Amino acid sequence: MSGFLQIQAIEKGWGHGVTIGPVSLDIARGEILALLGPSGSGKTTMLRLLAGFETADGGRIAVASEDVTSVPPAQRRFGMVFQHYALFPHLDVGENVGFGLHNSPDKGAKIAAALALVDLAGYERRKVHELSGGQQQRVALARALAPEPRVLLLDEPLSNLDPALRERTRHELREVIKRAGGGITTVFVTHEQEEAFDLGDRIAVLNHGRLEQTGAPDELYEHPVNLFVATFVGRANVFRGTAARALGANGPGVLVVRPERLRFAAAGLPGVVRERRYIGAAAFFVVEGDDHERFEVLAEPDAAKLGERVYVEATRVIAL
Amino acid sequence: MTVRPKRSDIAAAALTLLLAWLVIYPIFVVAADAAHPSALRAFLTRSGEWAALWASVWISLVSVILAAAIGIPLAFLFEWFDFPGRKTLGALIALPVVLPPLVGVIAFLFLYGESGFVARAIQSLLHLQNAPWRLQGAVAILLVHAYSMYVYFYLFTRAGLAKLDVSMLEAAQALGADRRATLWRVIVPLLRPSLVGAAILTFMTSLGSFSAPYIFGGGFRVMTTQIVATKLNGDLPLAMVETVALALVAVAGLVILRRTEGDDILVALGKGIAPRPRPIRRASVRWLAAGAGWGLAVLLLLPHLTLGLVSLVPYGAWTTEVLPPVINLDNYRRLFSEAERLRPMWNSLWMAAASTALAVVIALVGGWLVVRRRVALRRAIEALLALPWALPGTVFAIALAITFSVHAPLQLRFVLVGTAVILPLAYLVRALPLTGRGVLAAYRQLDPALEEAAASLGAGRWRTLARVTLPQLRPGLAAGASLAFVAALGDIVASIVLYTYETRPVSIEILSSLRLSETGVAAAFGVVLMLVSAVVLGVGARR
Repeated sequence: MSGFLQIQAIEKGWGHGVTIGPVSLDIARGEILALLGPSGSGKTTMLRLLAGFETADGGRIAVASEDVTSVPPAQRRFGMVFQHYALFPHLDVGENVGFGLHNSPDKGAKIAAALALVDLAGYERRKVHELSGGQQQRVALARALAPEPRVLLLDEPLSNLDPALRERTRHELREVIKRAGGGITTVFVTHEQEEAFDLGDRIAVLNHGRLEQTGAPDELYEHPVNLFVATFVGRANVFRGTAARALGANGPGVLVVRPERLRFAAAGLPGVVRERRYIGAAAFFVVEGDDHERFEVLAEPDAAKLGERVYVEATRVIAL
Repeated sequence: MTVRPKRSDIAAAALTLLLAWLVIYPIFVVAADAAHPSALRAFLTRSGEWAALWASVWISLVSVILAAAIGIPLAFLFEWFDFPGRKTLGALIALPVVLPPLVGVIAFLFLYGESGFVARAIQSLLHLQNAPWRLQGAVAILLVHAYSMYVYFYLFTRAGLAKLDVSMLEAAQALGADRRATLWRVIVPLLRPSLVGAAILTFMTSLGSFSAPYIFGGGFRVMTTQIVATKLNGDLPLAMVETVALALVAVAGLVILRRTEGDDILVALGKGIAPRPRPIRRASVRWLAAGAGWGLAVLLLLPHLTLGLVSLVPYGAWTTEVLPPVINLDNYRRLFSEAERLRPMWNSLWMAAASTALAVVIALVGGWLVVRRRVALRRAIEALLALPWALPGTVFAIALAITFSVHAPLQLRFVLVGTAVILPLAYLVRALPLTGRGVLAAYRQLDPALEEAAASLGAGRWRTLARVTLPQLRPGLAAGASLAFVAALGDIVASIVLYTYETRPVSIEILSSLRLSETGVAAAFGVVLMLVSAVVLGVGARR
């Protein structure tokens, strides 16, 4: 398999024995890849290595078979949207978007097209600080897309927006990326699973600088390769020993069950309902097993009462 | 860890060596040469030397007290109370800080001196035979210092008060503290860093002050005037010992004052909202405050108005009258038409411009290495950039005069004294802390992502510098550069030690005009300096 953007055994060491990699990834032309991981997992470093702001200690990065590992950022033709947008405060919106187009003959038209793409047509002469957070984010996107980069990089693109705006912006962002130049190859960094699922075609889970698993959202959710991926991607109950055997495990291993894959039944794993968190269509029930381990069951809001002794069975388990 | 050879480390080493050669090396040369037994003995045994050293110290301490006594109440008045004219006045009374010290001093002389405006008025009013007073000695020096240095306390205290969080004061009141308790237990401790900062600035400025003691001192000597007098007498070894003594006092003063700053971190936890100025309710009190404020402003601006008036009086026209009988633009005409008078103006302008430009370039390279590249030598670079501020100007003037009057290429010593290079070099040393501080602070506030964004958009190093970095650094850079330019333009401390007839700057010309009793021309020079300084600082302060 040979991707459009190839990352081959990239490594980067910091002092204090912290190392990133080696990480290898192939990203297809037009694909949106999410780098998902907790803070300190090395995802931002990976993005900065791709952009060329950090120099790798080993490994190779190639775009369309061209080795760009030691090409400086200015010549890499990678667009980047920064976490805090990094819009130039002394330039207006049009000048910001046109910054990467300074040798282009039809600069004005390209600026207008880029702004139209993000639904900000006619905003050229606005001052950056007059814009709302969402508009600033779109200007940053237009600025990165205007020079028609080969690869688009996004650093936590939605973290600076308020939660209500985030979900809508996710869909708009995905739409713009898929529309720009017939689908631009994109890598973005996030620590939120929901954002990764919504925006990414594929997700690479990073932890302690290592790649844990790469795959489509449902693949990660249903078939995690290890306990870290299972618990980091989505809610997960972890069962061991007797509890695991009560839910049908037949080996000595760990059993992971999603809350929606547990249900109250006449027999199975016994426990007492300790908490109920109502979320509208359903409720999360926190059940304390006989081994005093707590786990969550997602069920109909009136499926059980606080303090009630219940039995729980699993409809689907992930054995690790 | 990257193992590639770093160009930034080589650049840092080069810059460190250059700065060390400019800033530390001359001091070392003087310190080494000062270890001269007979000069040391002379210094230790002559009572005049000790008197001058002690005078420097106590004059500086009293200046701090006087400046605080004027500046702090003013700051509270203008920050906390609202009355007609508050904004205009508040800016106006910060004016003395923008004026070259020499100009302030001669303006003071023309107003309060024994043949000054006020003395004449009283003399003719009371039909006195002689001037009613002689403005001389320690009292005169202290008056000038208090008059020009209260601004430090005023500005620092206002800045500190503006940073106070109103919720902190409300919290104190909610906890049962009355006004007095709030003031002493909350406000004053929070203001301490500002007050100590102002005290350090006043002490150092006062210790290095030269114009006031030179013009008003008479027989009363402080160390700066003592050094210059010794140097002019040709006793170089003794001048070196005196220079080292003054430098030691400065360093000791700085260390002791720094200690009072305390090392507890006084940073508000949240972003505070500063208390709003309270309107004074009672009309009578409000008008009293406004009247006092305006009266004060006039009092503070009077010397400069007098300077303007004197500059309009032709040579020899004003003898004993209270008001000048003739005023015209004769002095200015002479200033701009006589080649020998125009020359110091050009000298000052080009030397100030050249030294400022160089200081800006050094500060930019330093800022980039220290903040962006975080080179191993960053502490050394930062310290070297700040050092000239910690020592009186006279110390550097003497050090440069000694170091660069010898041809010894192997010791990196060249004959620069007597050439056109030495004064700009001396101004450059004094300018480094100003541009360095401005650029470093601006660089620290500059989000590195902006430069990365430019790079990711295809901009090379120079385009990024021109289109992104410099525009973002501009406010800090302009502020530092304008202060440096104005300081060089009005400099007298270094000039009086290092000038030659060909390279004499305006300040020296003012002194020689005064010596020839051409007060009108001296005042006209002063007015020109004042106006150029005000314009440059105004441009530099623009956002």
